[in-house]
Amino acid sequence: MLKDITLGQYLPGNTVVHRLDPRTKILLTTAYIVLIFLVTSPLWYVVPALYVALAARLAGLSFGQMLKSVKPLRLLLILTFVLNLFFSGGTTVWVRWGIVNITREGVMLAIHFSMRLIFLVVGTSILTLTTSPVALSDGIEILLKPLKVFHFPAHELAMMMTIALRFIPTLIEETDKIMKAQQARGADFESGNLIARAKAMVPLLVPLFVSAFRRAGELAMAMEARCYHGGEGRTRLRVLRFTADDAKAILVTVAALALVVAGQKLL
Amino acid sequence: MDCINPIEAQSVAYRYEEDAPLAVDHVTLSIARGAFVSVLGHNGSGKSTLAKLMNALYLPSEGCVLVCGLDTAKEEHLWDVRRHAGMVFQNPDNQIVATVVREDVAFGLENLGVPQPEMVPRIDEALEAVKMTEYAAAAPHMLSGGQKQRVAVAGVLAMRPDVMILDEATAMLDPSGREEVFSTVRKLNREKGITVVWITHFMEEAALSDRVVVLHHGAIAMDGAPREVFSHVAELKTLGLDVPPMAELAGMLREDGLALPAGILTVDDMTKELKACLSRLNT
Repeated sequence: MLKDITLGQYLPGNTVVHRLDPRTKILLTTAYIVLIFLVTSPLWYVVPALYVALAARLAGLSFGQMLKSVKPLRLLLILTFVLNLFFSGGTTVWVRWGIVNITREGVMLAIHFSMRLIFLVVGTSILTLTTSPVALSDGIEILLKPLKVFHFPAHELAMMMTIALRFIPTLIEETDKIMKAQQARGADFESGNLIARAKAMVPLLVPLFVSAFRRAGELAMAMEARCYHGGEGRTRLRVLRFTADDAKAILVTVAALALVVAGQKLL
Repeated sequence: MDCINPIEAQSVAYRYEEDAPLAVDHVTLSIARGAFVSVLGHNGSGKSTLAKLMNALYLPSEGCVLVCGLDTAKEEHLWDVRRHAGMVFQNPDNQIVATVVREDVAFGLENLGVPQPEMVPRIDEALEAVKMTEYAAAAPHMLSGGQKQRVAVAGVLAMRPDVMILDEATAMLDPSGREEVFSTVRKLNREKGITVVWITHFMEEAALSDRVVVLHHGAIAMDGAPREVFSHVAELKTLGLDVPPMAELAGMLREDGLALPAGILTVDDMTKELKACLSRLNT
């Protein structure tokens, strides 16, 4: 049960999008974010909409799966919409109700910002839905490598991500075990209000932390015993390769960017 | 690197802190190439400390340890020492680094800077040797304890060490996992000639090795072939150790006046000797 949890929201598959180099996907996602911010009128959201639809179709993702990523943000979305609707000023008043004015500009702005938020989340979720956490950390490591001149610890960051991923199931299992051991001795994690339940978690966290630190110490020793000495002179088992598909994906993205920039300027 | 004794400890002493008592008390020990040596001792006898001195995780407070002729205390030898003397630890969960089995086996190779095309056959070979090939793409947390320890063995094996040091590698496993790991390592020792230092507190395992070293308060109390060491039943008991059940039974029968020879360790030994006894009584 607890052992079988999936990490992140990765949906394994073997589509073109899944097979793209993680570096390409990270870079394209960045480009996509730029694209979203370049859109200045709601009408032009048709370009990112088509782009996301194409990517989702190629990745074999359904509309429902994509929409799921928006769900946790619904509160923020409503807030964004309402705030922009009522407080953006403007001159063309559509509804006047006491001190509340709803203007044409307000409505446009509310739609604009909500769209921006929705597209940001839906688009970037394609990256996390189609790229395994391991591939992601690989991609990040290689992309951030040039920052080493500024002493940015790219390798260490990626190693931390890998180890964190490796130990999440182990620690979950351990939490489960400690919980059961304490429940067997009468601990109560389920009743009471929020504060009481949070308090009941304290005796759970202490042994968990102690054990996590002990594990960290042992793991560090095991890594040293296997000659780990940082990223210097290290080779990698997984080699990332750009393919023709990566080139095509980049081309499509550049085209979308150009369309938005040129289109908005000319029309 | 060719040397007769891949591990050579010369009057090694180690203390954890300045004023602490010696955890390892002037041990002199040489381990021959290709041997399977068990190190026994009760808790706190210094056996784990001795293991960590053998691959430069600890550096001797006094004396020196040579791994394939390399002094572990010399900083420039550090990574060579650790490559020659691979180590497997007790807790299977705390020594696997990667999220996929084959990537974990690759970890040591990546650290050594082995080129990628060369890595693949070495990983496959190591996984084959510990019979974990079919789990190459599995996630470590889905494996059993014995399987995890075999992955750890493969990770060390891929680095092609001369010596493998296993620090109570079976202590946290169930009996079948223990047997699985022990027989895998014993086979590697026989077939690939890898020298093994097997630290344990299970007498059954020690009984199956070539040589048994018993530590007590950080010093060597007994050293010899298992048959010889385990015939000193009373002495082992004063050191706080169990004796393999058949060795103990043989000791009791001998006390009762049955003329049994020394060196009985297994049930097979016992039946053979008892049959011999019976036929002598009948004639």
